This record gives sequence, C-alpha cells and structure tokens, in this order.
Amino acid sequence: MTTAQDPSKTRRRRVLPGGLSTGQRFHLFEWTLVAFAFSIVLVTVLTLFILFKGAWPAIVRYGPAFVVHQYWDPVSEHFGALTYIFGTIVTSALALLFSVGVSICAALYLAEMAPRWLRAPFSFVVELLAAVPSVVYGLWGLLVMAPWLYRYIESPLNSLFPRFPLFGGTPRATSLFTAGVLLAIMISPFITAVSRDVILSASRTLKEGSIGLGATHWEAIWTLILPASSRGIFGAVVLGLGRAMGETMAVTMVVGNTPQIKASLFAPGYTLGSVLVNEFTEASIPIYLSALMELGLLLFAVSVLMNAAARILVGRMAR
Amino acid sequence: MNNGTHLPASNEPGTLYRNPGGRRKRHAIDRLMNFVCCGSTALLALMVALVLYYVAAEGLASISWKFLVHLPRPVGVPGGGMGNGILGSIIMVLMGSALGISVGVPVGIYLAEYGNGNTGNSIRFLTEVMNGIPTIVSGVVVYWLVVVPMHTFSAYAGAIALAIIMLPLVSRATEVAVRQVPQSWREASIALGATPARTIWSVVTPGARTGIITGALLAVARIAGETAPLLFTSFGNDVQWPTHLGMATAGLPLQIFVYAMSPYSEWKSQAWAGAFVLVMGLLLLNVVVRAFAGRSAISMQG
Repeated sequence: MTTAQDPSKTRRRRVLPGGLSTGQRFHLFEWTLVAFAFSIVLVTVLTLFILFKGAWPAIVRYGPAFVVHQYWDPVSEHFGALTYIFGTIVTSALALLFSVGVSICAALYLAEMAPRWLRAPFSFVVELLAAVPSVVYGLWGLLVMAPWLYRYIESPLNSLFPRFPLFGGTPRATSLFTAGVLLAIMISPFITAVSRDVILSASRTLKEGSIGLGATHWEAIWTLILPASSRGIFGAVVLGLGRAMGETMAVTMVVGNTPQIKASLFAPGYTLGSVLVNEFTEASIPIYLSALMELGLLLFAVSVLMNAAARILVGRMAR
Repeated sequence: MNNGTHLPASNEPGTLYRNPGGRRKRHAIDRLMNFVCCGSTALLALMVALVLYYVAAEGLASISWKFLVHLPRPVGVPGGGMGNGILGSIIMVLMGSALGISVGVPVGIYLAEYGNGNTGNSIRFLTEVMNGIPTIVSGVVVYWLVVVPMHTFSAYAGAIALAIIMLPLVSRATEVAVRQVPQSWREASIALGATPARTIWSVVTPGARTGIITGALLAVARIAGETAPLLFTSFGNDVQWPTHLGMATAGLPLQIFVYAMSPYSEWKSQAWAGAFVLVMGLLLLNVVVRAFAGRSAISMQG
C-alpha cells in the first residue's frame, strides 16, 4: 500500500511529536477543541453510568450467580445469563475457527503474493464485504445460507455421526453453527484488512535479503514476515473476536433464539445481543429490565476488554 | 514490529534454508502455499459475489416503483412498500451525520494538534473503546438518555444513537488526515505571525480536507446500514410517514429485519427489495468516496 494514508509510515516519518502543542496559553479556540474532546469522555462515562445504574438492582439481587445460572424466567423473577453467555462464546469461537486461517492467508496474499495488478481489485472486494450492513448478512444468512448449510452440511454430518455429541440431536437450519459460519463471513474481511496493514508495515529488507540468500518466497514469509507481524495479527484476531461477540442483528436472525444449552452445534441457541433485541422493549417489570441491562453491561465489558487488548497488540494507529 | 531484530529460529550460518526435502520439495511447498493463500482470497471474493448476487437477483425481482414510495400494507394487500423507511433512514442518517461530524471533526483536530500528552492519549483510548462498543448497547444507552425522558420513541433518539456510533470513526479519520499535513506548513504559518487557531483554521484543516471528507462519508455509509441502535430509539413505524421528528420513525434496516424474520413470503421478498435499495445506496456511496479519495481507506473503517 503506497498511499499517503498508511499510518505506520506516517509514524516513522515523523521525528517530532508534531501538531501545534506549542506550550503557549490556550485561548477560546483551543478551549473549544478541548470541550469537544471531552464530549468523548462524557459519552463513555454516561454509557458506563447508565448501564451500571440500570443493572444495579439485578447485580444486588442476583450477585455473581447471575452469570452461572441457566434459567431465565421473567415470571418467577429468576434470571441467569449462562445460556446467553454460552451462545455468545460458542458462536464467536466457531466464527474464529472458520475465519482465522482464511483471513490470514488472504492477508498474506494481498500483502505479499498477489500480482500487483490483482491487489487493488481484490482489496476493494474485501472492503466491499466489510461494507455490507449486518442486517443484509442476516437476511442472506437466514434465507439463503441457512437452508444450504442445513441440507449440505448439517444433515449429512448428523446422519454420518449420529452419536458424536457436537453433530447430534435434530439439526436445525437456524443454529449456533449457522450463526458461527455467518459471523465468520462477517469478520473475515475485517481481520484480513487489519492483518494486511500489519504485514505491510513489517520490514521489507529482511525479506529481500533472505530471498537473495536463496529462500523461497514462502520461506521468507514463514521465517521472517510472519514472526515479525505475529503480534499485530494476533491483535487483529482479537479485534475480530470482539466484533463477533458484539454483533447482534445478523446473529439474531440465524441463531434460532432458543434459550438452551445443548452439546450439539446444530441446535438453536441464543446470544447476549439477541436477547436484548428480542426482549428489551417487552420487559414489563423493573427487575426484568434490570437483568437485561446487566446483559448489556456484560457485553460492554467484554468488548472494552477485547478492544483494549487488541489496541495494545496492534499498536495505536496501525489499523 | 521491532524492525530488523527478527531472525529465523536457526540462525547458524548455512543451516538457514537447508531443507532435507531438497530444492524440489521447498519449491513445491512455496507453490502450494501460494495456491492456498490465493484460494483463501478467492473464497472471500466468492462470498461477496454470493451475497451481492442474491441481493441483486431477489431484490430486482421484487422491487417496483410502488415499493419506493408506498407505506407498508398488511399481508395479502398488494402494493405495499417501504417508502417511509427509506425517508426515515435518510432523515435520521442526515441528522446523525450532522451531529457526529460536527463533534467528531474537532475531536480529531484536537487529538492531532494537541493530543500527544496524557490527556490526548486517554481521549484517544476512549474513542477506540467507544468504537468497540456493540451498537446494541449504544441503543440501550440512548433509550435511557432520550427516549425515557421524552416519553416517546423518536427520530431524534435514532439520530443521536447513530451519531454516537459515528463519533469515533469521524474523529479517527480526522486525526489521521490532520497528521498527514506536513509540519513545515504549521511552522511557516506560525512564522508568518498566525496564531495557532488561525493556523488550524486556514492552513491545517484545508490541507486535510480530502481525508476528512473521505472518512466522514465512509462513516455515513457505516451508520446508514445500522439496525441495532435504532431498535430502541426510533423503534420503527409501519403505518405512518415521518411527519415530525418527535415520533416513532421507520428506518430501512429496521424494516428489512422485521420483514426478513416474518413468516410471510411476500414480506420476505420485500425484505430483499429493501436490502437491494440499502446495498445499492451504500455501494454507490463507497464507490464515490473511493473515486474521490483515489485510494484505499479501509484502515479508517470501523
């Protein structure tokens, strides 16, 4: 990527920290900028405050048991989030399983191997995949991909290995498996794009040297480029995981929305985001709403953790 | 990446690329991996093609003029459309973008010009945290902030939720663009006697204009497709055109969601038509932006 936009190059080129931090007194203009900047702090603090305030009654009433109890029964005011946590973890893990290899290979291809004339169009295509809204993925996943997966993957696997717990039970078109595959399609372009940028910012000279010493292209990538960018690629994967866990609409459309914990991947499930979508406007009693807010708080906490970790790994601007 | 310090596991002279399988095997592995990586990229491209093909085929089959200008009608009554959703989306995206851009751009300028200290780093970290918050959570927050005090779902609430999602995207794009402006421009401006404020206003921001506009438009494209933040804020509306901003307002992505999940096949084909309209709009925006910017801008996307 030879663009002026490449952040890593910017960073290298800049000797001084740059900008206008002249150390002189701030006037009205500067203070206005500061005020705008603090709107970010305000929004983040408000988000945290509202989530906490809303979730507080549930936190007090159910304590830590909230995350290990399975039953979610508004009528008897018994709330446990384990089913939804389980669904979120299983779908995101499947998504990572299906997307990591493909994404890293695609990133390597786009950054290192593809002929020059192919790089721009391929990159554009990957970016298109990232620009499609999640509701459109959901629609396609529900009406096209789910029946296809059911007929050509779930049913055959189920009848081949009826006793293998992961493939057992009665397969359903809308299932944890379907949600995992759809999430994989949704996060791949993202992981690919971030990894590609990371790989591009790794050193050229060592690779050229090793090829000059007789390494094949792949050996240069395997022994030099990949180790040098492994941290950033790992960060990209963590970012992708954060996205998969926070993704709501597409998952709601294909996961089946059935609160249960089954060993089978082909059984329908439920995720944190989906239960918010389906129940938030229907919560009739305060403690019910509060329990839902606690789910929101969980989702918030997980995504903040993932993002903070990923930032540290990828580096500040290199994404 | 600690440049220049990475050496292969075995760096003893002569053992570096000696492989028991010999030259032929090493080159076979090279070709194989090239093929695997090419195949992975092709697989991603195939996915794009599949999604777009179905959206285009199914969407074109059920789209009509009436779809674009009519209100939804009950199941079984022909001629219903998503006109109100399209209009509502345009209204909320415009309002949200106005808010998100007018706050996000100054934040980005601050981060680029004054953001190298601790305050700047913390605010930058917070924008990155904000960018990772699931959009459904933003919807929940705006529900408490706006919908509950106003006692009604509204286009205002929807627009604010969209603006919150947009804010970190715009501020990051602005920061990157402003940092591209050469430092010598600032020095020249200051040397000519301009105040820092004048320098930012007349030298730095104009210099970063292309980058800022590109980033802002990509962020608009991003929020235009958002569904989750609208669920609890604008709520959707199946029976009315948006006549004022303080009412529950339909949004195109919301209607696609509801129609796709319905059991009626005619509603499902309407969902395809809605998806077609949405995707065409976003593709157009993306292509225009990229043509305008003349380069890849993925690193600024959400």
